[in-house]
Amino acid sequence: MELIKDGKRIDGRLPNEMRKIKIEAGPLYRADGSCYLEWGGNKVLVAVYGPKEAIPRHIQNPTKALVNARYNMASFSVEDRKRPGPDRRSLEISKITSEAFENVILTELFPRTIIDINIEVLDAEAGTRCAGITAAAVALADAGIPMRDIPVACAAGKVDGVVVLDLTSEEDKKGDADLPVAIAPRSEEILLLQMDGHMTTEEFDQALDMAIKGCKEISKLQKEALLKKYKTFEEE
Amino acid sequence: MELSSVKKDYLYRLAKEGKRPDGRAFDEYRPISIEKGVIKMAEGSARVKIGNTMVLAGIKMDVGEPYPDTPEEGAMSTSAELVPLASPDFEAGPPREDAIELARVVDRGIRESKFIQLDKLCIEPGEKVWIVFIDLHVLDYDGNLFDACSLAASAAALNTVVPNERFGLGEDKPLPLTDPPISCTFVKYNGVIVIDPSLEEEEVAEARYTVAIDKNGDIRAMQKGLKGSFTVEEIKNNIKIAQKTSKKIRKLLLEE
Repeated sequence: MELIKDGKRIDGRLPNEMRKIKIEAGPLYRADGSCYLEWGGNKVLVAVYGPKEAIPRHIQNPTKALVNARYNMASFSVEDRKRPGPDRRSLEISKITSEAFENVILTELFPRTIIDINIEVLDAEAGTRCAGITAAAVALADAGIPMRDIPVACAAGKVDGVVVLDLTSEEDKKGDADLPVAIAPRSEEILLLQMDGHMTTEEFDQALDMAIKGCKEISKLQKEALLKKYKTFEEE
Repeated sequence: MELSSVKKDYLYRLAKEGKRPDGRAFDEYRPISIEKGVIKMAEGSARVKIGNTMVLAGIKMDVGEPYPDTPEEGAMSTSAELVPLASPDFEAGPPREDAIELARVVDRGIRESKFIQLDKLCIEPGEKVWIVFIDLHVLDYDGNLFDACSLAASAAALNTVVPNERFGLGEDKPLPLTDPPISCTFVKYNGVIVIDPSLEEEEVAEARYTVAIDKNGDIRAMQKGLKGSFTVEEIKNNIKIAQKTSKKIRKLLLEE
């Protein structure tokens, strides 16, 4: 099957075009901060709790807060039902997501505490880790947790030899490469980077540049969502 | 979680005055909203809100072997995940007792009312049947998960499509259904009984009672929980209130 025809992708997008993204800040009642995000066919909900006392005590760090992200997929979010609970893939994503956020959160302000970031993937269509990180950043800001910057993530990749932005499931399965990237948008520092497939150095340079441009677009949407919630507060 | 004694005193005092913390009457339900078909990857799904409580139910179907005692019937399995997203008191890890009780009570209402027609989900007797997986994902916990999960499961079943095409079994068609059960939950504290408890009411509850009512007002499943007790009169009165309330909820559920 051809993944690119007359310069267009199977869903009609151009190579550097993103799927539609919708972000809502603070939809949950119980959580300290939350975010609901739709990105193409992905639906992700994130809740942040904390900073709160880290328990059991022996995990506490006397100089800074712990950052504990947990990425979880709902059983019904994928084609073949997923067994509930963590698997190796979600544990890996949880680990690198925690590390990415540890970089920007001012953890030294909250010694002996833990900040829990719960990422629930409710509907999945490729790119869930980027959707989760993008939503988690908004939820952290909504929880009022001080950060150097609001992280944002987006993937680029290669299909039919062409470098493209934001792969769909079909492109992810049959394409040549996938490159998810998370950055701190103000400094363009890279907080998370993974890649699988096959790219030349030139293709990588092009894909990374495309992913960073994509991140910067999404960063605007994150800020709009936060502003939307807190602007109405101000007016009330 | 233990509630502070100040809050407990406050709820007790209100109860004596015939009041609830959110101003509802003892037999008054919170507002309900039901949204069906919200998850694309699921065969059926629904998001249900009761007040601030929010639950998502998703149904997936697979082909498998029937149970030996029901070789000509499909099978169903219900699980609930109390993910830490929904409450600061929920922990990650394998389902604890309360998640298991919750899933089993929801399962019983659906099974005993024969809402999902398992006898119509046989593909090859003794060999191949449909298995219906009902997964309950709690998203925001402010009390009464029993009713929220039961309602979400029924609403999800109402828009479930049997994925025949994906399994090479002909055309897709709606899941064969009869009439859904409606679950009503009550808790008792300081001598009063209230329907649809909020989280703070659950935290002071001494006893809990859930009943699933069918279209005719008959009883299809019940569950009494927690340390406290009910009198026979109290149970009978709960059933009466549930019969009345379930009519309104049923109407909401069956609306498109």
